[in-house]
Amino acid sequence: MTNSILSISDLSARSELDHRLILRGVSIGVAPGETMGLVGESGAGKSTIAKALLGILPRTVRITSGRIVFDGRDLRNLPERELNQIFGDQIALIPQDPLTALNPGRRIEGQLTDGLRLRRNLPWRQARLRALELLDEVQIRDPERVMRAFPHELSGGMRQRILIAAAFALEPKLIIADEPTTALDVTVQKQVLRLMRHLQASHHTAIVFVTHDIGVVAQICDRVTLLFEGRVVESGTTAEILAAPKQPYTKALIAAGPRYDRPETGLQPVPDSVINMLRADIIASDGRSSNG
Amino acid sequence: MADTLVKATGIEVVYGARRRFGRSTAGGNKVLHGIDIHIDRHETVGIVGESGSGKSTLGRALLGLTKVTKGSINFDGVDITRLTESRIIPLRRRMQMIFQDPMSSLNPRHSIRRILTEPLLFHGVATDKGDAERRVRRFFDRIALPSSCLDRAPHELSGGQRQRIGIARAALLEPDFVLADEIVSGLDASTQAQTLNLLKGLTREMGLAMAFISHDLSVIRSVCDRVYVMRYGSIVEHGRCDDIFTSPRDLYTQLLIDAIPLPRIDPGWLNRGRIDDATAVAATI
Repeated sequence: MTNSILSISDLSARSELDHRLILRGVSIGVAPGETMGLVGESGAGKSTIAKALLGILPRTVRITSGRIVFDGRDLRNLPERELNQIFGDQIALIPQDPLTALNPGRRIEGQLTDGLRLRRNLPWRQARLRALELLDEVQIRDPERVMRAFPHELSGGMRQRILIAAAFALEPKLIIADEPTTALDVTVQKQVLRLMRHLQASHHTAIVFVTHDIGVVAQICDRVTLLFEGRVVESGTTAEILAAPKQPYTKALIAAGPRYDRPETGLQPVPDSVINMLRADIIASDGRSSNG
Repeated sequence: MADTLVKATGIEVVYGARRRFGRSTAGGNKVLHGIDIHIDRHETVGIVGESGSGKSTLGRALLGLTKVTKGSINFDGVDITRLTESRIIPLRRRMQMIFQDPMSSLNPRHSIRRILTEPLLFHGVATDKGDAERRVRRFFDRIALPSSCLDRAPHELSGGQRQRIGIARAALLEPDFVLADEIVSGLDASTQAQTLNLLKGLTREMGLAMAFISHDLSVIRSVCDRVYVMRYGSIVEHGRCDDIFTSPRDLYTQLLIDAIPLPRIDPGWLNRGRIDDATAVAATI
């Protein structure tokens, strides 16, 4: 695909601890300005992909094959110096837990202006002005007060908005949102999602949205990739996948969540037969790739 | 009148109040503002609210785990509000709790066997160790846990298995009332469905009354008969789930329901309810 900001192809990764495969030939393409949902249950490999995109894979995980092409360059073949100009700069992160992501001992101002000063060489005064603008953009009503605040003085929703502001601060081309609303109340989640959507449109940023919540995917992702044990089960536009899932696992995962609008449906655990089928398939193809 | 098992009348809870002569004086943070709630036998009642709404405090107060500063709590005709510890112990077996995080509520140094059999012996439900073990094994068959789990420690089980141990620990004591506080919030959708189905089956078979605390209205809808909606330490609305979900009267309830993203394409969803949100935004700042 030429029109993509990110193109992951045939990416495989293995745990150095127990030599288990963590990713099995994953391919994902993301177009500029698009939101791609990365969905799966725990152990599906969605966080591993997110970490690989941010250059923060733990030492215990080794990428064995495949390419991660970001903006025309394969990240696996770039020298350290060039990678440093991409990670945290052109690719930014919105983390899951807004409390641990912020330094508890520093005021918001310092944390929000670091990137602008160090990476964009803005003088202190300008960085501060830009930070105030950003806070305004994420609809924080008293930016001056928030700049002086420590993280613990702010609510979870406020902290998450600050992290969103920080993610957009350097005008990245791609943002990795790692379960950014899982820790938030539903009403706050909705505001945060709306805000992300709004900022994404005005900055034309692509987002890889990692989540386990298919409801959230339905509301904000353009396309979605469904993973199971490191393998892509199905991918396509969100509308297609929700309306006509091709794989039994996709169908089952959609039916597993409770539905307030249809209480008689939902709450159907993924049948063992579906899981077993996927596992058998994985074992078969693992065997093939290790023989070949 | 229906057969009420748990009844709280006008309860208030204040955290951090200074005490003088056993009476709370000025100061402190009032987290429950005069709550009335009742749970009938064989009934599952949801308590829903966002963080800081007081739902967990209310749950703990119902079991007598948090001292109330005003009002009274009645369990099966007994006023437990100011019972001494020795008087309340015999009642403890009959009111059990399933915790949010089994990892921090199960003793990491004990085997699952010990975690499950000890309470049976303490409360005199089982006559001896052999009887306790038999009861646990029989229950494991019911909840589809292999008996090999008995010799493991909590951290050696999966999240779903651990939560089933939490349920087993409570249910084995054959209580009348169970409080479940956010018990599925950390689980995958499929495991969550399994756990909730198990819990629904058990409450039906054992005729349990349950208070089910959750922030997730979809979950509440799928397991509860009635629901209380809480905000800032008060109940803003209560009633049968069928009524509340189809025609909520309170604006906040409506806001909560509208905020749940459903797995279906709904282009207007993100921008709906903006004006109502203003109050929620104010609350978060």
